[in-house]
Amino acid sequence: MADLAVSDLVVGYGPVRALRGVSMRVPSGSIVAVLGANGAGKSTLLRAISGTLRFHRGACQGAVTLGDQRLTGLDAASVVARGVVQVPEGRRVFARMTVEENLRAGGLGRSRRENAKAHDQVVELFPVLRDRARQRAGLLSGGEQQMLAIGRALMAGPTTLLLDEPTLGLAPLMAARIAETIKEINSLGTSVLLVEQNVAMALSLASHAYVLEVGEVALEGTAAELRDSDEVRRRYLGVADAVEGTLETRTLSRWS
Amino acid sequence: MTTFVELLVNGISIGAVYALIALGFVIIFKATEVVNFAHASLLLAGGYLVARLWPLVGFWAALLIGVAAAALVAAAIEFLVIRRANVASHSVLAIVTIGVDIVITTELTRQIGTDVLAMGDPWGSEVVRFGGVTLAETRIVALVTAAALITVFLLAFKYTGWGVAMRAAAEDAETAALMGVRLGRVSMSAWAVAGGLAAVAALFLCVFPTPGLDRSTSLVALKAFPAAILGGLDSTTGALVGGLVIGVTESMMSGYQNDMAFLGRGIGDVAPFLVMLVILLIRPAGLFGTKELARV
Ligand SMILES: Nc1ncnc2c1ncn2[C@@H]1O[C@H](COP(=O)(O)OP(=O)(O)O)[C@@H](O)[C@H]1O
Ligand SMILES: [Mg+2]
Repeated sequence: MADLAVSDLVVGYGPVRALRGVSMRVPSGSIVAVLGANGAGKSTLLRAISGTLRFHRGACQGAVTLGDQRLTGLDAASVVARGVVQVPEGRRVFARMTVEENLRAGGLGRSRRENAKAHDQVVELFPVLRDRARQRAGLLSGGEQQMLAIGRALMAGPTTLLLDEPTLGLAPLMAARIAETIKEINSLGTSVLLVEQNVAMALSLASHAYVLEVGEVALEGTAAELRDSDEVRRRYLGVADAVEGTLETRTLSRWS
Repeated sequence: MTTFVELLVNGISIGAVYALIALGFVIIFKATEVVNFAHASLLLAGGYLVARLWPLVGFWAALLIGVAAAALVAAAIEFLVIRRANVASHSVLAIVTIGVDIVITTELTRQIGTDVLAMGDPWGSEVVRFGGVTLAETRIVALVTAAALITVFLLAFKYTGWGVAMRAAAEDAETAALMGVRLGRVSMSAWAVAGGLAAVAALFLCVFPTPGLDRSTSLVALKAFPAAILGGLDSTTGALVGGLVIGVTESMMSGYQNDMAFLGRGIGDVAPFLVMLVILLIRPAGLFGTKELARV
């Protein structure tokens, strides 16, 4: 197990600068949150870590490291092989394949025994995936698709899990359910980098958080510090009555 | 009636061979979104090697080498040309494959010259009789072989890790990569499989009643394009149905062309393209496809 670190990351899509010198660290075994409005560069950060910028014609400078290994410049499959696995924004399940085939797609790089073990864990975490095993993934509800997307990523055996807005568009109850699951996955030893706009939820899970603003880290600190910061209360929790530690499911008031 | 049955079985047999070609065409398209216009040249290369090698090493070894070589050439095209070509559009890559096709076909046509090369197959011009129906042995072998290869392919596509990786990459390449699928390997293997299938098809296009492999063989292979397109470029089922439709249409039209003299001679050669046009007018994405050719 090793810390995931990003240092001085600069990413551009052609002339568009999406990240301007971002540094952050996900200590081994922790949950770290990345907050920020739409367009702040959160997904770009995860793409840079996972090596999928080339799918968007993006280029990056700076370094991504896992312990003493450099991840920068590796292709996506090699990043996965080193234990850093992403659940992309919008779930992106393979809609035309069955639930079972989706899970299988997550574990293609691993042995039969590892897959059997991971599969047991996944269906224990999300029993619905066993019940729906033979259904097409496209027919699942949004919440079920999110569970499938997380389950599929767990099949790859991540030591660090990157989650891009996992509660986006989910009903409050389902969002709370996903939050619980994230805590559980983390308690089993997986580090989590959680990108969220649901700030209250993210801060209740994370030990440490970063706020991204137009491609730069505007704020960082422990979750407790950020919860108490006037800036965050005003901009993201929207009101002064955001009570510490509650699972506030209101999304942040977006700012232009 | 016996004529009808003979024409039907022959049509299905040749249709199954077209389906082998169309299937390769479709899996390349699914894996890489490239319309591979070099497909006919792969077929010609595989067939040419079989024809040249059987006098030296025997038919079966020659067939094996021909299939392996066509797979290798296809994989090399993927690795050296398609993967390196850093272009934004898949249409541009399709044009690149036209270039590859011209290079390979020109060279092979020069080698073949005006010769008609025998394939050295063990079936020769034997025929089998069922009741009053007479069928060439080669046609029956072609049908059985194509059906077996297609079955194996479809099972692999459905149940193996390779198949899951192929389908995942075809549906959403970026997410497949995020799950650890090595897209380069997926696309190279798709090209290799397509090349191998094309070489098998080459054999059956050149055996009895065809006199052998000559420089027009790659033109015959072109009939598999309408098969793939009318079935739907991104549908394996479409490739099979498309192949059969083209094969049967061609066989029937040629068989009964004396009764349809008003359509002119050679209607059998034109019919596949006519059928394709009619189907595309009604269903622009083909019978089973999801993507229109115009959007390729
Ligand atoms: N594929 C792309 N091509 C060009 N610009 C992009 C692309 N993806 C994102 N961007 C731009 O980069 C910036 C950051 O986007 P993104 O990382 O998606 O933000 P977030 O995930 O925080 O909403 C935005 O200004 C966005 O318009
Ligand atoms: Mg985003």
